[in-house]
Amino acid sequence: MNAENKLPKQVFRSVGTRPVRPDGVDKVTGRARYGADYDMPGQLVGRILRSPHPHATIKKIDITKAEQLPGVKAVITSKDLPDLTNGDEDLLAILENCMARKKAYYDGHAVAAVAAVDANTAKAALKLIEVEYKIHKHVTDVDKAADPKAPVLRKDCITEGVSPAPTKASNIAAQSEFGHGDVAKGFKQADHIVERNFRTEQTHQGYIEPHACVASVSPDGTGEMWVCTQGHFVFRQQCAQLLGLDMAKLRVTSSEIGGGFGGKTHLWLEPVAMALSRKANLPVKLVMTREDVFRASGPTSATSIDVKIGIKNDGTITAGEATLRYASGPWKGSWAALGAMTAFACYDLKNVKTTGIEVLVNRPKTTAYRAPSAPMAAFAVESVIDELADKIDMDAVQVRIKNAAGEGTQSSYGPVYGPIGIGPTLEAAASHPHMSAPLKENQGRGMACGFWFNFGGQSCTHINIDIDGSVTLTVGTIDVGGARASLSLVVAEEFGIDYEQVKTVIGDTSTLGYNEMTDGSRGTFASSMSAIASVRKAIDEMISRAAIMWDIPAEDIEWRDGHAHATGKGHANLAPLSIADIAARAGKTGGPIAGHTELNADGAGVSFATHICDVEVDPETGLTRVIRYTVIQDAGKAVHPTYVEGQFQGGATQGIGWALNEEYVYGEDGRLQNPGFLDYRIPVCSDLPMIDTQILEIPNPNHPYGIRGVGETSIVPPLAAIGNAVSNAFGVRMTHVPMSPPRILDALEKAETETA
Amino acid sequence: MSMVVNSTINGDPIEFSCEPDETLMDALRNRVGLKGVKEGCGTGDCGACSIRLDGALVCSCLVLGAEAEGRKVDTVEGMSDGAQLHVLQTKFLEHAALQCGVCTPGFLIAAQALLEKNPTPSEEEIRYGLAGNLCRCTGYDKIVRAVQDAAKTMNKRSKSKKTTGRKK
Repeated sequence: MNAENKLPKQVFRSVGTRPVRPDGVDKVTGRARYGADYDMPGQLVGRILRSPHPHATIKKIDITKAEQLPGVKAVITSKDLPDLTNGDEDLLAILENCMARKKAYYDGHAVAAVAAVDANTAKAALKLIEVEYKIHKHVTDVDKAADPKAPVLRKDCITEGVSPAPTKASNIAAQSEFGHGDVAKGFKQADHIVERNFRTEQTHQGYIEPHACVASVSPDGTGEMWVCTQGHFVFRQQCAQLLGLDMAKLRVTSSEIGGGFGGKTHLWLEPVAMALSRKANLPVKLVMTREDVFRASGPTSATSIDVKIGIKNDGTITAGEATLRYASGPWKGSWAALGAMTAFACYDLKNVKTTGIEVLVNRPKTTAYRAPSAPMAAFAVESVIDELADKIDMDAVQVRIKNAAGEGTQSSYGPVYGPIGIGPTLEAAASHPHMSAPLKENQGRGMACGFWFNFGGQSCTHINIDIDGSVTLTVGTIDVGGARASLSLVVAEEFGIDYEQVKTVIGDTSTLGYNEMTDGSRGTFASSMSAIASVRKAIDEMISRAAIMWDIPAEDIEWRDGHAHATGKGHANLAPLSIADIAARAGKTGGPIAGHTELNADGAGVSFATHICDVEVDPETGLTRVIRYTVIQDAGKAVHPTYVEGQFQGGATQGIGWALNEEYVYGEDGRLQNPGFLDYRIPVCSDLPMIDTQILEIPNPNHPYGIRGVGETSIVPPLAAIGNAVSNAFGVRMTHVPMSPPRILDALEKAETETA
Repeated sequence: MSMVVNSTINGDPIEFSCEPDETLMDALRNRVGLKGVKEGCGTGDCGACSIRLDGALVCSCLVLGAEAEGRKVDTVEGMSDGAQLHVLQTKFLEHAALQCGVCTPGFLIAAQALLEKNPTPSEEEIRYGLAGNLCRCTGYDKIVRAVQDAAKTMNKRSKSKKTTGRKK
């Protein structure tokens, strides 16, 4: 980032206001169409057969009886999805996960699928599929899987990133290292060192809408798909590759999305629906049950993290070191690498070293969950920093302020920071009224910081000027939670027109060039950057049309407040032309008026947050409740502040659920014990207080309006903030998330025995 | 063997056929076409399929289609008075009480049932009243505020109706 490219103070008229979202009425009246709400003529119902075994070779699948059941139109296995991945390892992993090939790697792994005229027939057909398994020993625990004695999932898994390469296969798929300086030297300079192991359990994104799609593959080699996804362009590309279709011939339309949080960045059932449709020669609707969602769509990693940090009595951190083991499911991921990159990103450290270790386990394929991998790393590091602050008798906020990264700091993962918000969020926390609110018995207060990279990437947008002067923005990033409102505000701002004059829609894959997903907090950042460029092109075009209408040089025209103004001498008699005035004459001045942009949205500003949390622990039951919570985060520029607050509150709440209750529970048999919302309990309304927010605006110099992504960082600090609050209440360090009642009780008992 | 069911749905007499083991949620979605009834879990844990059955708040995934025979069914599609949105719908929009919106129909129905029973709920009563509905996006803060605001507005309106003596 170029620190000299600081934005001048801007005055906005639309950006920063809080209008009702354009898709709102549809969503409160039941009109909005989500993944499962769409039907194609003649569509069949699809169902998937899943492995009950966590680790087994598929010796034989007999589909004859199922195929013979009246009403069954197609039965498929991996044979119907041949490997067309052409050496693309990641795509092969997707294919193997969508439909097991030689081996089933987890409880819930798809092994066959049917399409039938109705749901009951499809269900009956699943029971007629005969699968012969050879069962192997399994391993679901991240530390046990990393042990050399563990059952090995893949005989060809040789650890990447280690030199010399190991000669024996193991479950350690890859290792990565980050950092700078000399940690050994740093630890020698420390007055105090704390070293601990932390564990976090596997959680699910928990979107309320299960995965759903309707797919149609026609005998002429064309295809169509309606799907709930965070990225329909990516889905099209991958589905076309897996099915052997021309990309241009597959048209993917994104439905409204009922939550994603990273979980809908990945294909789970879409290629299966397409393969069924191709075989049945009819459209197929495939919807996951909630049980399927938990068993077979990607949760986040379970982790085991060793952290060691040294500090001087004056509060200077002299060295930080961490080894982070992240379970990635049965396929290699880069989840540990992300954890290793983010672990110390909030701080300005002379000596830092992190090692990420990707571990294969017999659990579902890990996928992104909001700031993926960062919350666990932050839990470990932020807990130890609190413990060190306690040792040197320094305030937890002040010790962080002393070590906070700033402009020019070399980050622990490499790049040098531009203007960033970690310092300001900490200063805001120090003076926040929450910090001085009274606490009662059994209550404690904690705080923690969090970081996320944010992402930009490939974007393509289109502006159309309609003849009545209204404006349509077409984007290729799906709207997970108010982006159409934000993008309409940006377009209104740039034109100088009212928000109500703009309509933002999400185009299907045939209407725009390739767009990356709505992930990495990029939706508003990247699409607004592209939209602003498109508006500017449309304005240029309107100026040239006004020049024709007025018969004056374009240089004598300027655009202001949604109008073309003639500025040169002798034009005083020319009244300004509105967009409607210009558009009404478009047919006579050169045809339709539009603005189109394709770009790589570089320079997504990194994001930081500080959270403050009060908890109350019932020492009898171990039940822990959050009673007060404050999120302070840098938004760069909050386009629609209400939805920015919503991102802060939603992320914090997911973090609270993760910290206190949510976890995948596997039995000795390797089967998931709690694949439902009753036993995998996400926070409900009565669990929570109001979540207070404070938006800081440290402009991102790489965006015309200073915007940074805001979607993810809010999930990073809660695990540590809550752990620190419990610790401050009872003087016991919590090292295992979730801090469910049994774990809290254990910790309290241990603390009592230690003090006794 | 499918069966024929007659019920009053959002005020209109509707006849639909369904299988004996088919849930009311599936019947409303797939037979009647009311896709505002959402399936989040199919086990009564998430509340996305909440409807009113003779006024009672129920998860339609836990009710059989056949049980709607002769009864009154109300869904989110029937909540507004023509183009005039229900106060709850308006307040959900004003407070941005929805992000993805898939839980919203269930929350609106549950909030409506709550406010009919208790027109002046405390924050705690709202939180417990809506505890059967899961939202993963908002952290519930803005939902609670929207319901609080809706209750206030509805009470003001009914007060002014009472003082002016106007009938509904």
